[in-house]
This record gives sequence, C-alpha cells and structure tokens, in this order.
Amino acid sequence: MTGMIGTLAAATTMYGNIAALGAGLAAIGAGIGIGQIGGKAVEAIARQPEAISKIQTNMIIAAALVEGVALFAVVVAMIG
Amino acid sequence: MANGSILNSKKFKISLICAFFLILGAFPKSAISQENAKDPKEVAKAAILEHIADSHSWPVLGKTSIPLPVILYTDKGIELFSSANVKEEEVNGEPKEKVYQGEHYSYTLVNDKIKVVGSNGEVDPVATKKVWDFSITRNVVSLWMSGIILLLVFLGINSTYKKRAGKAPSGLQSWLEPLIVFVRDDVAIPNMGHKYVRFMPLLLTIFFFILINNLIGIIPFFPGGYNLTGNIAVTLTLSVIILFVVNLNGNKHYWKHIFVPNPWWLFPIMIPVEIVSIFSKPIALMIRLFANMTAGHIVALSLISLIFIFGTLWIAPVSVGFVVFMDVIEVLIAFLQAYIFTLLSSLFIGMAIEEHH
Repeated sequence: MTGMIGTLAAATTMYGNIAALGAGLAAIGAGIGIGQIGGKAVEAIARQPEAISKIQTNMIIAAALVEGVALFAVVVAMIG
Repeated sequence: MANGSILNSKKFKISLICAFFLILGAFPKSAISQENAKDPKEVAKAAILEHIADSHSWPVLGKTSIPLPVILYTDKGIELFSSANVKEEEVNGEPKEKVYQGEHYSYTLVNDKIKVVGSNGEVDPVATKKVWDFSITRNVVSLWMSGIILLLVFLGINSTYKKRAGKAPSGLQSWLEPLIVFVRDDVAIPNMGHKYVRFMPLLLTIFFFILINNLIGIIPFFPGGYNLTGNIAVTLTLSVIILFVVNLNGNKHYWKHIFVPNPWWLFPIMIPVEIVSIFSKPIALMIRLFANMTAGHIVALSLISLIFIFGTLWIAPVSVGFVVFMDVIEVLIAFLQAYIFTLLSSLFIGMAIEEHH
C-alpha cells in the first residue's frame, strides 16, 4: 500500500486499548444522565424553594443509580 | 483578622499544614529513580494493581511490611507458617523467589498466590489445585479490625444508653444517635411501614459496616488504607445476605406478583424477566459498591503515580492538590454508597413484605 492510502492507513491505526474507549463512552452516558438530573432538580428548587431538602435527597439517589450503571461499564472495561 | 500576631491567624496555620505535606510529598521520588531501566508507566500500573489486590503481608512504610500467617489445607493435612518464609526477596536488586519446605509440600509465592513447587523446582499446577488457602490475608485482618471497631463502638453506646436511660445523650452517643435515627426515620419507615422493627438490626449493621470499611480505605497510613469493600467477594456476601432476606421474607403477594402477571397472555415473557430481576437487583448492589470504591482508589493512586511517570517535581503541587480534592469526594462517596446500599435493601425488603392495598 503506497502513497496516500498508505499514509491514511498508518494515520488511522488504533494505539492502546479499545476497552478504554468503551469506558469513555460510558462516561459520556453518565455525564448526560447526571447532568439532566441535576438540571431538573435545580429547576424544581427554583420553582419551590421550601421543598429543597426533599428534592436534594431524591437527586442524590437518582444520581447514584445512574452512576452505578456507568460503573458497570467501567468494570467490564477493566476486566476486558 | 483575630486579635494576636499573624502567627495565630487561621490562614497561616492552614498554609503551614499545606506546605508541610507538600514538602513531605517531595521525598519518595528517590525511591523509584533506581528503576530507570523499566518504563515508569508499567511500574506504576503494577504498583497500583498490587495496592488494590489482596496480599499475604501488610505493608507498613515503604518496603517494610508485617508478614501474615499462611494457613493451607492440603490433602495430607494442615500447614501453618509465616508468609515471610515465601516472600520474594531482593538479591542484588533482582527479585528472587523463595521456596519454603513445609511438612507436606514445598511452597512459593507467585503473584501473591501460594503455589506448590514440585521436586524439580517448578510450579506444580496439579498439586496446587488440591491445596485450599485459608490464610489470614490483608482482607481478613482488615475485616477483623473493622469488626472490633464496630463492636467496641456499639457495645459502648449500648451500655451508655442503659446507664443514662431517660437523660439526654452525651459523648459518643450524641455522635451516633443522629445517624441511627436517620436510618430509622428516613430509610426504614418510609419503605417498610410499621413492620420495620424486625429489620432494623440488619439495616443498621449493613450501613455502619459499609461506612466504616469505606472510611478506613481512605486513611493513607498504617492501620488504614486497605479497602475491604473494594473486594468483590465482600460485596458479593453482602448482596447474597440481602437476596436471602428478601426472598425468605416474601409474602404471598410478592410471589404472586412474580409468577402470575396481570394479563395472563404476558406469561411467557414476564416470568423469565421477573426471575432475572430477582437476581439482578442484588447483583447491581454488589457491582455498584465494588466499582465505586475501587474506582476511587485507582484514581487517587494514579494521580500520585503521575509524579513518577513525569519524573519531575513540579507536577507534585498539581498532583497532590488533585488527590486532596479526590479524597474529599471519596469521603462523600463513602457515606453516599453506604446510604444507597441501605436504602435499596430496605426498598427491596419493603416490596417483599408489603400488604396488598
């Protein structure tokens, strides 16, 4: 393979572990999920400031559950 | 500023402490500069994985460590010796394996696992499979330590409550009472209704066991620093306990909900799904706790080994700053994971014992 195709092939070789790519994608999912939870929680607090402690408790619970799912993916990436 | 000279001000004291730790962190660099033949990334990775895994000796400071007893049950009888006999030693800078001649077989330590050595000096895989390892490793010692701490604390406040019945709480009592009342009022009662009394000991034990083990893992020096809840066998045991408690206490409505779905024509799909969900809920509990604790440890250790990978001293303030930040987050995560495990356990138990309404 010579010329342009050769340089293209050499430039797009994958270095490193593909499991790390999987863990990174899981981090994207966790980021989007927890960002949505946080955003809606803050909006709810702005609408009704006296319910702040209940909203905060539920937000932390939901965030821990979403983060659990992302960590399943990290564990699979670690094993693989 | 408060009255008095500048030496009394809080900012000065805090910056003095920070400067002390910063300078302290500068010293270990000389430890690894001998290994310049090896790639620092590989050395760092090996060191991190060794830190997190179980081992037969307890490192105290640098290279010194306390050897722990090895107890093996072979098919010819029980063997008991100190792991100092099989620990790798450095001979002229090269690690060399030591072979220990026990009563029945000879043993050596390969990757922190005991293996049987045959008469020709090679590891014998057939004989190794027949040897069961009941040693007292770091896991076991750490488990005993946290068990002793829990027993001391809770038997202590038990006797204090009896002596001071009716009076206001004081001392250790007043420290733990908010946590215990929190577990009862915010975790047990909303999820389990009025039948919570039977399950309170279980929930309190799980909460404080996980909390103490997580917090011990964050302490960086000697008696702390080993993370028991980052070991998947321990979290597996906790979730198996929850599995048994939920399923042995399930009443008729719980089992009916699983095996007789509402529209009868959903039968073939819903039953496998429900059976899988009986097992997947404790498995999720197990992996969530394990992964959170292990990930926190790996991140803190990796940030410190950045100093060795880059090889310069000027990375140290950045690295140490990040590690302090990560440690604060880890304390938060320790509490949070204990709370989440307890909350989800009480949720599952509540679903199993609730009356039909």
